[in-house]
Amino acid sequence: MIWVVFAILTAAAALSVLVPLARAAAAAGAGSSQQRADVAFYEAETASIARDLERGVIDAAEAEAAKAEAARRLIAAADDQPDHAPSPWGRRIVALTSLAFIAIGGVGLYGFIGAPDYPDQPLMARRAAPPDQMDLMAALSKVEAHLAQNPGDGRGREVVAPVYMRLGRYADAVRAWSEAISIMGANAERETSLGEALTFASEGKITSEALAAFQRAHALSPTYAQARFYLGMAAEQAGEKGKAADLWSALYLDTAPDSPWRPMLAQRLQTIGYPPPGETSGVPKGEAAAAIAALPADQRNVAIRGMVDSLAARLEQNGADPEGWRRLVRAYVVLKEPEKAKAALVQARRALSADADALASLEALAREMGLGG
Amino acid sequence: MIVEVGHYALVLAFALCLVQMVGPMWGSLTRDRALMAIAAPVSIMQFLLIALSFAALTYAYLVSDFSVLNVVENSHSQKPLIYKISGVWGNHEGSMLLWVLTLALFGALVALRAKRMPEDMAATALSVQSWVLGAFLLFVLLTSNPFARIASPPMEGRDLNPLLQDPGLAIHPPLLYLGYVGLSITFSFAAAALIHGRIDAQWARWVRPWTLIAWMFLTVGISMGSYWAYYTLGWGGFWFWDPVENASLMPWLAATALLHSALVMEKRDALKVWTILLAILAFSLSLLGAFLVRSGVLTSVHSFASDPQRGVFILLILVFFIGGSLALFALRVQSLKQGGIFAPISREGALVFNNLLLTTSCATVLVGTLYPLALEAVTGDKISVGPPFFNLTFGPLFVPIFMAMPIGQLLAWKRGDVLGATQRLAFVIGLAVIVGLMLAWVRGEPVLAVLFAALAAYVIAGSFVEIWSRVTAAGYDIGLMWRRAVGLPLSSWGTAIAHAGAGVTLFGLAATGWGVERIAGMKPGDNVDLGPYVVTLDDVQRRPGPNYIETAAFMTIREGGVVVGRLEPSRKFYAHRSMTTTEAGLRTIDLGQVHIVIPEQNSDGSLDVRLYWKPYVTLIWIGSIFMFIGGGVSLADRRLRVGFARRPSRKDAPAAQPSAAE
Repeated sequence: MIWVVFAILTAAAALSVLVPLARAAAAAGAGSSQQRADVAFYEAETASIARDLERGVIDAAEAEAAKAEAARRLIAAADDQPDHAPSPWGRRIVALTSLAFIAIGGVGLYGFIGAPDYPDQPLMARRAAPPDQMDLMAALSKVEAHLAQNPGDGRGREVVAPVYMRLGRYADAVRAWSEAISIMGANAERETSLGEALTFASEGKITSEALAAFQRAHALSPTYAQARFYLGMAAEQAGEKGKAADLWSALYLDTAPDSPWRPMLAQRLQTIGYPPPGETSGVPKGEAAAAIAALPADQRNVAIRGMVDSLAARLEQNGADPEGWRRLVRAYVVLKEPEKAKAALVQARRALSADADALASLEALAREMGLGG
Repeated sequence: MIVEVGHYALVLAFALCLVQMVGPMWGSLTRDRALMAIAAPVSIMQFLLIALSFAALTYAYLVSDFSVLNVVENSHSQKPLIYKISGVWGNHEGSMLLWVLTLALFGALVALRAKRMPEDMAATALSVQSWVLGAFLLFVLLTSNPFARIASPPMEGRDLNPLLQDPGLAIHPPLLYLGYVGLSITFSFAAAALIHGRIDAQWARWVRPWTLIAWMFLTVGISMGSYWAYYTLGWGGFWFWDPVENASLMPWLAATALLHSALVMEKRDALKVWTILLAILAFSLSLLGAFLVRSGVLTSVHSFASDPQRGVFILLILVFFIGGSLALFALRVQSLKQGGIFAPISREGALVFNNLLLTTSCATVLVGTLYPLALEAVTGDKISVGPPFFNLTFGPLFVPIFMAMPIGQLLAWKRGDVLGATQRLAFVIGLAVIVGLMLAWVRGEPVLAVLFAALAAYVIAGSFVEIWSRVTAAGYDIGLMWRRAVGLPLSSWGTAIAHAGAGVTLFGLAATGWGVERIAGMKPGDNVDLGPYVVTLDDVQRRPGPNYIETAAFMTIREGGVVVGRLEPSRKFYAHRSMTTTEAGLRTIDLGQVHIVIPEQNSDGSLDVRLYWKPYVTLIWIGSIFMFIGGGVSLADRRLRVGFARRPSRKDAPAAQPSAAE
């Protein structure tokens, strides 16, 4: 089918050359259009001179001179007329060369750069495909189309937003959460999720938009833990470690002892140089991090180093772990070993060279850590 | 299938270019009428094929066909319809496709009118046009193909640069391209004239309508772009002497000069060599603009993505056409018959004066644009030649142009009388002085604003003196005056309107001196004084848009306690590109505008707000509309249509209606 259309187009292009060629050859010899144009121009010019004369822009003598000048030009132009009949062979050669140009130039170049066997793929048609042939992305796309048609469906947006987060489509998650908020109203959970999505969308940096969202969440529900955690993170990123420590310590104390949150908080506090409050740092909570935190300073370093080394060894074996590489680079920086950090970065780039997204976030980390490009 | 048909049509158009580059040119040199006869049909077929190709790409955008790479990179299924369409040319590949479409459109328009021209000229000009078209088609096909496909299409696209998601984008590039590319026709005619050594008044008459069309669209295109920057970029300004803006201003200056010198060539058969050179230069500057914008030499909104391969390709096109045409010019200039000589004080003398100043100002802009680039390339130093340079050089050059505009209109051809013309302008000069004094009293400082406003008043009033004196030549009877006014050639009206438009724009520019600017941190309930007005921030709200989240500030403008208007400046956050744009709030009051931008939202909920009151600012753009209308009226003049078209095209049809009353 597509080749039929191509053939029709090619034929039209060829005819646009061949038809006038044949016609003009048949009509050769009839009066030159150049002469006609020259005469028409001369007539227009004398008419305009007459008009100028009538309006008094020029006087009679000037008008005469101008007319004479125009006439001189007409005669000069008539001197230069074509006067010979070209041979039909030239024309045949042109016809053949044109066909060659069109056929070879057109089909050849198209064959080189075109993709004739690629069908059109309109989005609607792809969404309409039967469900069993549909992958997760297509199904999601179908849901998206449904949401676009039902702008009042806030619940649907709330359901689809976490899916976006898992897929790493943070920007879409941002949109879904903010639409959900404007449809169903704000609450601490939705605002925090919006802030979280915004933070992930900008590679972990808490932007002013995200911060505003966490603040709104906090205002709506002062005890909501996640918002408080992110507010602390914002303070940390802004360089206000004291404030971050206060926020996280308060949160730590409000968190139930068996909460999975607690060790993470403790770890966070450790990284910014503050011990977790309350129960002294001697109480391990079953998590490795907490256990290490509990060791005396020198042993703790050894333990951390051991973990880092085993991570490095694991990555040496299996490099397809972007998160692992990032953790390793970060760890070396925290341990104040920039050389090793750089070396790890180089290895990571090599290991992840096939994964553009991972590379991008790796580079972002390198920038953030001040390791240079 | 539709997408690939569009792709094939584009390739086929290129193949036809190959035929057209050689066939008609050869025919015109050997005087073979059959070969010359293919020029017009082939040009029309080229246009149809490229139009088909453009339609195919537009289709791919409309149905969000993400198997087309260009659609993935620049569209999104949730994007509003108008931006799906305008997104077609909102990116490098698509905009180049629009560029070749416009090239082909002008070729086809000339082809439709080819019967009114000597066939060798028409054939050669169309052939040269195909050289240009072919070069750009090859560029599109090899380095910037909008039809590149991907085997496993994603389910969603990456969205269009938010700055470009604006009605301005739907209008600005097509208008500007009509202007830029319209100059290609005058270039092709100039090349044809050089090839055939046939340079005469008749040539000027064929070329002038095309120059006029290009100039008209360039004028509104530049003006639209400036208005777009004004309301969307949030700098409160409308012209920044940015290289990209300069790239469009230079062809405009050259086209303006060409328009006037072609008039001298047509009326007096003089200034011929100069006019040809200007025709070449005007299009060369268009190409230079395309190079600067498309090669990535400059980074700005206009450059989209660019890579060095493309830059080199365009540079080759640039070198080939500018170098080739100038070489042809140098080769032929000796054999060209020079036109008559003429007195310096005459209409043609005034037009030469105009040409000298316009080309000098064009050269100034060229230096100011290229010097920093050259310096950076050679030494690596970054310098910025900004508004001070241009204001100091460009301003003084334009003052005499404005002063001379009404005088030139009053001078007769061949020999004029400056004193007489000045006397006829005495009333206008008096009027300008009165306007100046009134403004000085009402508005006060700065002095420059008053002086330029008075100059503008002089230009506006002076533009109509010639018409007034012709209308009242037979007395002041209303009926008689009406009949005489209707009987005047449309081109006189066109000149007057376009010149007055330039004056109107000048007035708007002068009035920027009286503007007021405030920067304030505002919370809901705060008031800020802004010139004669008080602006109150009532509320700040967040609301989601189709593909962005908007933070809108609701503001009220009061004058002496009375509400004169409300504004909603906003910031739009586009999550897909993690990008925020500012949308200025604009309120037109009389001819001025209150312009409010929110450059930043602080974490404590307050807004950084920039507020401007710009009296008479809209006149800057209104003036350009007058220039466009003036050009259209002139184009509708029956005398101009001789050798142009028997049947008016759709473009000049509305303007042609008044001529029926003649």
